[in-house]
Amino acid sequence: MVMDQNNAVTRRTFFRTAGVVGAAVASGALLGVPFQHAMAEDAAPAAAPAAATVDMDALIAQHMGAGPIAMEKVSLDIPATAENSALVRMPIVVDHPMEANNFIQKVALFIDNNPSPAIAQFEFTPEAGKVAIEFRSRMAKSSKVRVVAKSNTGKLYGLVKEIQVAAGGCAG
Amino acid sequence: MAEEIGNPKIRGPKDPVKKGDLVEIKSLIKHPMESGFRKDKATDALIPAHFIESVVVEYGGKQVLKAAWSGAVSKDPFFSFFVKAEATGPLKMVWKDNKGQTFDASTTITVA
Repeated sequence: MVMDQNNAVTRRTFFRTAGVVGAAVASGALLGVPFQHAMAEDAAPAAAPAAATVDMDALIAQHMGAGPIAMEKVSLDIPATAENSALVRMPIVVDHPMEANNFIQKVALFIDNNPSPAIAQFEFTPEAGKVAIEFRSRMAKSSKVRVVAKSNTGKLYGLVKEIQVAAGGCAG
Repeated sequence: MAEEIGNPKIRGPKDPVKKGDLVEIKSLIKHPMESGFRKDKATDALIPAHFIESVVVEYGGKQVLKAAWSGAVSKDPFFSFFVKAEATGPLKMVWKDNKGQTFDASTTITVA
């Protein structure tokens, strides 16, 4: 698949370009400029009201603490369409130092339209060296996917990405 | 037939690394990861939740990373992450599911 090939290339070059892409997404989100770039286009302010019945802002505040979420530093480099909803790759990278007094302490993934939107949380120490994790998640249906990272000083960074689940993928 | 469960695997760097290197660790474990939201097609009853709810990573005896998962993490969970190589020592992972069953595996990070 073309999309898979593109993704493979992005994966390979990802760690080198993460900073640049992150910056582009951030400036796009802050200025409200509609980027044509695939990733930037998916970035939306976390404060946008969720269509789901669950109050995502409240859920995120409950898990990560309340406060403004800067739409920067966090990457989730996956295609906008998930081919297999039972196995959606979630490669999360946070472009932030991991030093003794300046590090990412917690990262969480939320999927608005899953029966239970709080999917996974990860607590880090500076000894991790960098935040670059990958795991796989189920997606019940097409949904916004949100990643929120919290620094040791309580600063929140985030990303929202709309992921379409391929129709008929795991019906029945 | 009982579902296959356990058999945790960890893969770290094969060769010695330098102090300060950021090394990737990949792990895999067999687990049904039943979310508790799925219905048995024959009986229409909900299949009870059975999933790994925590993963703890220790390097050189110190906890460096901890994960809290829900039943939405995919079956037979793969998990990769990084640690900063400090000294030769064991990297141990412990998976624990919501029924209290634990699984562990370890590898050695060799710092040249």
